[in-house]
Amino acid sequence: MSAVVESNPVYRARRRRNTLMMGLAALALAFGLFWLIWILGVLLWEGAGALRPALFTQMTPPPGGDGGLANAIVGSILIAGAGTLIGTPVGILAGTYLAEYGRRGWLAPATRFINDVLLSAPSIVIGLFVYAVYVAHVKHFSGWAGALALSIIVVPVVVRTTDDMLKLVPNSLREAAAALGAPTWKIITLVSYRAARAGIVTGVLLAVARISGETAPLLFTALNNQFWSTDMARPMANLPAVIFQFAMSPYPDWQRLAWGGAALITLFVLALNITARALFRK
Amino acid sequence: MNSLEIRGLDFYYGGFHALKNVSLDIPARRVTAFIGPSGCGKSTLLRTLNRMFELYPGQRAEGRVMMGGEDILASKQDVSLLRARIGMVFQKPTPFPMSIYDNIAFGVRLFENLSRARMDERVEWALAKAALWPEVKDKLEQSGTSLSGGQQQRLCIARAIAVRPEVLLMDEPCSALDPISTAKIEELIAELKNDYTVVIVTHNMQQAARVSDYTAYMYLGELVEVGETQQVFMKPARRETEDYITGRFG
Repeated sequence: MSAVVESNPVYRARRRRNTLMMGLAALALAFGLFWLIWILGVLLWEGAGALRPALFTQMTPPPGGDGGLANAIVGSILIAGAGTLIGTPVGILAGTYLAEYGRRGWLAPATRFINDVLLSAPSIVIGLFVYAVYVAHVKHFSGWAGALALSIIVVPVVVRTTDDMLKLVPNSLREAAAALGAPTWKIITLVSYRAARAGIVTGVLLAVARISGETAPLLFTALNNQFWSTDMARPMANLPAVIFQFAMSPYPDWQRLAWGGAALITLFVLALNITARALFRK
Repeated sequence: MNSLEIRGLDFYYGGFHALKNVSLDIPARRVTAFIGPSGCGKSTLLRTLNRMFELYPGQRAEGRVMMGGEDILASKQDVSLLRARIGMVFQKPTPFPMSIYDNIAFGVRLFENLSRARMDERVEWALAKAALWPEVKDKLEQSGTSLSGGQQQRLCIARAIAVRPEVLLMDEPCSALDPISTAKIEELIAELKNDYTVVIVTHNMQQAARVSDYTAYMYLGELVEVGETQQVFMKPARRETEDYITGRFG
């Protein structure tokens, strides 16, 4: 008699195991989603009250006063923007070296390993590092110091994604370009980059998402500023530090602004992630 | 007249000796086919002729390949210029992620500064040579990757021709294509030999018999027999060649 029947004990045991495992996987999913939705829900619920035009037009107020987060928003944009501008070229160039030139020798594997260590380094360590080598020497906090700290977080993320995305470009494309007489640098800039563009841009967007919520490195570098300032050479307001300060305060209007800032960052990061996904899918 | 003269060529993948003392003439404006079982070194031989192997560390060639009185394996030979003179088409179509027009213009732009009008002419000329122009003339701005497999392969042939090489190397150009596309490429090869020296590696013996003027049979890194295709297929001089061609082995 054939073994392929419903009552086959081996088959039934396998099906029971399958059902059990599917159930466990679904439970794990529900557990993860539960906290995520709770966090997002509370954030939007509490932050919704603060998300009004004044949030974007008025300065951070003294306790009890009315105000917004305009200086912190602009500060965050400037610091994160400068950090991205410094970190992205360095990251893309280093990632290009790893994927395209680092086939022989020990330098590329060693760099890749150190980069992975940097990728998982706690951000407070990076903040302290910039404090020690830069802030302590010039003897004042500044927007540049903050941008420097954030750029150190950007670099490993961009290196990793650039390296990975370039490695996904099939070698047959490089060979085809070489077969036409293209030198290595033209193969990379005209063919490899073009083939990996969506992935590399996605990596940069994810790096921006990563640094826009970083608090610890900014506390040691950009510090904070109660007033409007676009001078990157001086201490600068920024959303994470303001949220940190206001959320810990006993004043209800400060706390409300902190919720608003937190919701703002979360929505921004969410938008970046959705953009990155849409880009990568194309 | 020979386009290429291979003399005492040895090839190594690290410690593995893949080509053993191969000497062979590639006649100009003829189609020469390399046949033999997998791993016999026919693709390796092809990739030596445009020094493609140099992209990979640990691969090296010893011996001489003469082209117009110059040894193309010599270190003073400029590799980019060599590859512009000896074009290559690969097993799988390799359209670049850019428009059909830019795919063709890519190689041309590496060596020539053409006006837009001259470039348009060149692109049309190359696509027409590759028998692809009627199918793509209204969609030159579309991505090269949007074409079918057979069209992509003809695009790659057009791209190689556009640089105006003297020799065209084809590494199993039909093995990823359906029979109709294969027939089109074979017709194209027959056309191309009016202007170019063609060297083709193929697993398909009927294809070698159909398209080539000369056939070289290789086995275990050695050149066993080379001659006019008809003679190699009808009256092979060596017993090993006959066994392979008649399917008793391989």
